[in-house]
Amino acid sequence: MMARYDILYFAWLRERIATPREQVESAAVTVADLVAELRARSPRHAAAFADLAAVRVALDQDLVGMDAPLAGGREIAFFPPMTGG
Amino acid sequence: MTKIPAPLFAEDELPRYARHIALREIGGPGQARLKRARVLVVGAGGLGSPVLMYLAAAGVGRLTIVDDDLVSRSNLQRQVVHAEDRVGLAKVDSARIGLAGLNPYVAVEPVPQRLDAGSAARLVTGHDLVIDACDNLETRHVLNAACTAQGVPLLSGAISQWEGQVTLYDPARGAPCFACLFPVIPAPGLAPDCAEAGVMGALPGILGAIMAAEAIKEIAGAGRGLRGRLHIHDALWGESREIAVRRDAHCPVCGPVHGETG
Repeated sequence: MMARYDILYFAWLRERIATPREQVESAAVTVADLVAELRARSPRHAAAFADLAAVRVALDQDLVGMDAPLAGGREIAFFPPMTGG
Repeated sequence: MTKIPAPLFAEDELPRYARHIALREIGGPGQARLKRARVLVVGAGGLGSPVLMYLAAAGVGRLTIVDDDLVSRSNLQRQVVHAEDRVGLAKVDSARIGLAGLNPYVAVEPVPQRLDAGSAARLVTGHDLVIDACDNLETRHVLNAACTAQGVPLLSGAISQWEGQVTLYDPARGAPCFACLFPVIPAPGLAPDCAEAGVMGALPGILGAIMAAEAIKEIAGAGRGLRGRLHIHDALWGESREIAVRRDAHCPVCGPVHGETG
């Protein structure tokens, strides 16, 4: 079933995708499924999602794993560690 | 003859804290806790500047500052504890001069070296709170391991271009450690530093002031701190987010010390 999500990007993901947020319609079941769809949206998305080893995900402001189900969720945020001080 | 203990505050010191003492959540007892506190600040740069200035002004009794860098002119756009006439000085010495001008009743110990695996445990020892205001993830992991081992809360801030993150790592009291939240150091080139990527001058002021406020709350025992909550601020779009974070049941850093959370 298709659902509408608010996707938030932080730090280098935002830098590469060139927007802090977007809305997407998706039938993805898990975070990982959604990432696969986002990766295919544009070369910018592909670059942003090329290396997710250090990136963490929050579903409705709650830290989750890549295998977490999206069911009932509304907002998915992708945020890596920031380095600067 | 009974020995009278030395008073905590000098006579002309108290008036500077009058507006703190007027706050119900701080008051005289909270101000005394600030005076007795020993805080380690790692990094005297963008975040370290406002953190140090507000903590010194607030009357935190002892501040240890660790940084191996020298003040350069490109720092002055945001590292406001330093000054034009101190370019070339060690940042820890420049910061000490800046803080003495704000509050001469604070004991500042400058440590002009890089915190590393060999020195972290010794530097953390004896402090009630550690503040991570450094500029690289390797130091952040080393500092986290030392704080976790000694059960000292680690207030950590980080910035990038227009955005910042702040939280209180404290696995000894149920909150995650840095390695629970960010176990993986990004591949080279993914997370550029301030020199490569740029940073908006007031950004460390925003995040650093949040860190100073959280430190004052933690020491004085006021309000609700950031344990288990990662605060993200985006200054370009004027937005903040708060993400609930928890200990990783299998964290290799805090699990063996403070128990796996199962």
